Amino acid sequence: MYQYDQHDRAFLADRVALFRDQVARRLTGVLSEEQFRPLRLQNGLYLQLHAYMLRVAVPYGTLNGRQLRALAAIARRYDRGYGHFTTRQNIQFNWIRLADAPDIMADLAAADLHAIQTSGDCIRNVTADQWAGAARDEIEDPRIWCEIIRQWSTVHPEFSFLPRKFKIAVTGAARDRAAVRFHDIGLRLLRNADGEVGFEVLVGGGLGRTPVIGKVIRPFLPKAELLAYLEAIMRVYNRHGRRDNPYKARIKILVNDLGSDEMRRQVEAEWEGLRGGDLRLDPDLVAEIAGRFAGPALTPDPAPVRAVEDLPLIDPAFRRWLDANTVAHRVPGHRIVNLPLKPIGAPPGDASAAQMEALADLAETYGHDDVRVTHEQNLVLPHVREGDLPALWRALDGLGLAVPNLGLVSDIIACPGLDYCTLANARSIPVAQAISTRFADLARQQDIGELRIKISGCINACAHHHVGHIGILGVEKAGAEFYQVTLGGEPGEGASIGELVGPAIPAARIVAAVETIIAGYLAFRRPGERFLDTVRRVGVAPFRERLDAAA
Amino acid sequence: MPLLKGGVEVADGWRALADAEPVPAQGDVVVPLARFLAEREALLARGGKLGVRCRNTDAVEVLAPDLHRIDLIALEFPRFGDGRAFTQARVLRQRLGFQGELRATGEVLADQLLHMGRCGFDAFAAALPDLVAEWRKAGASYRAYYQPATADQAPLIAALRGGRRTPLANP
Repeated sequence: MYQYDQHDRAFLADRVALFRDQVARRLTGVLSEEQFRPLRLQNGLYLQLHAYMLRVAVPYGTLNGRQLRALAAIARRYDRGYGHFTTRQNIQFNWIRLADAPDIMADLAAADLHAIQTSGDCIRNVTADQWAGAARDEIEDPRIWCEIIRQWSTVHPEFSFLPRKFKIAVTGAARDRAAVRFHDIGLRLLRNADGEVGFEVLVGGGLGRTPVIGKVIRPFLPKAELLAYLEAIMRVYNRHGRRDNPYKARIKILVNDLGSDEMRRQVEAEWEGLRGGDLRLDPDLVAEIAGRFAGPALTPDPAPVRAVEDLPLIDPAFRRWLDANTVAHRVPGHRIVNLPLKPIGAPPGDASAAQMEALADLAETYGHDDVRVTHEQNLVLPHVREGDLPALWRALDGLGLAVPNLGLVSDIIACPGLDYCTLANARSIPVAQAISTRFADLARQQDIGELRIKISGCINACAHHHVGHIGILGVEKAGAEFYQVTLGGEPGEGASIGELVGPAIPAARIVAAVETIIAGYLAFRRPGERFLDTVRRVGVAPFRERLDAAA
Repeated sequence: MPLLKGGVEVADGWRALADAEPVPAQGDVVVPLARFLAEREALLARGGKLGVRCRNTDAVEVLAPDLHRIDLIALEFPRFGDGRAFTQARVLRQRLGFQGELRATGEVLADQLLHMGRCGFDAFAAALPDLVAEWRKAGASYRAYYQPATADQAPLIAALRGGRRTPLANP
């Protein structure tokens, strides 16, 4: 992962001192809450239903063992002993006192962590493929570019008071695991006809109350021009994005109003004045940053010492875990190990301090000290030697982190919902827990196969319900919790937005409705056909008929 | 309204003219952009310095041909959260090479002075009790920055690492 140097550390120390002064001015009343609000937000501090919530940045979802332990220590000392991993590859603590916040920032900085720009109308944490540097289908590692974007966007003087929040995602692989088509800017590393690697640039994707698939405005951008081009996009957005209505302020609305051709024209015109200038990324600077990613030197196991199939452990539970939760690595003899934070019946994405500390040990012992956070609220050990898998599995099983449910019914994404969030209309976590419990039987989950359920407690769509195979959106009707259900969403390269299956369903019947939809799929599916493909083939109408009949 | 310029509090010698107010023969005046465009020849020909006041929705590029004859441009922050003037400032300084006074007006908060200064503002009309102290504090917030901006005093981290040789700061 990226190694901080003294300049990165000095910057964080300055930031902590600045924030400490701002908090002191707020606590003594020099700053009003209105004036303090954007300052605390740009340091990741929200005022929620019961307490302050602190969202710590996990840049492009990458942590090491020392950092996981630091997060665990914060959970123990300042929170209630756990943290909540989010769909933006970050971690949130839900029970923070304002007066403690500067000390927490200092503790984070001591582990080369921060909470800068995890909230507010600015450029947020840059997200990436969670298998970066390990995936077989990767053209180039996106993390180097994410780090360059992180540095460029950190405390950017021009773009700290944008019309609205701004999210960038980068993938370097053929399969899109970073949902780049649903970000304000999506970047895909690709190789052009001349064999040169550059970026495809998409703008204006997003979810929320207006789900939109991003548009390609530049099919190939030379790497050296990445920051100049991003600055051009930001400049057009900062000047022309709507500020009269926060619900119309994201760049997707601007792109829609201008049309993607006019958006491209304006961006390219602005870029003309910036290209080749101060922001040009000289190869030596890129090499400097790349050199700070001290990745593991994995040696391919020569003449495969042991294929996974020959591992000496004849435990069917190990086999199920191996098949469900691990993926082939680019270096032969290694696997990518996924750790769903979705034990049956538990809140999605939560990890206790003890789990984080134990995982830190396992990452150091078996995973080259590299841990990833996924936008699906799971964790990953991206580089594990096949020979270490049985021992790792036993240890994970002891932590409750070896449930073989990756991508299955119980691997649910859920936002904090009405249990924590001031914006929510309905609860999300209890619905996720109830569905997970209803489908607890793993054999049944495996029979159903790949199925991605995403539950948001309000239209802001933090759980990406629009792109769930089954999307569930909490709405409020006359003071009661209801849920709208969509089918057929997909965040990746075959991007689609889910279609509403019928009228909103009362909270008491939502789990039964999910069961009815899944029963419909099992009846309609062709051999080997995934849920998503069945929905795409038959449409939502047959599912609606079943729901109507069951109501 | 206190005015900070060049790091010290100064008297504001400029007179802001409303749309229909007669232009005095002498003295330094600031006129709205629309009036400048309508009365350009007369305004540029008169004695005294000329300033132009832009709204944050104005396309400041229209001033490009006359920038060398304009002494002051005032940009507005109608609410502190409305950051359009940050981009107007950079366009004026970086792309169009404006050398005169660039003044921030409206709701200017102490915690934004650093950003404004880096974007090229060099004068601030702000209702702050101790503007000079706030300005010094803002400028000392960070030892270095990650990205090049228009008027940086502190060096770039990239330059400190020796990875990039960027001309630093036009003070």
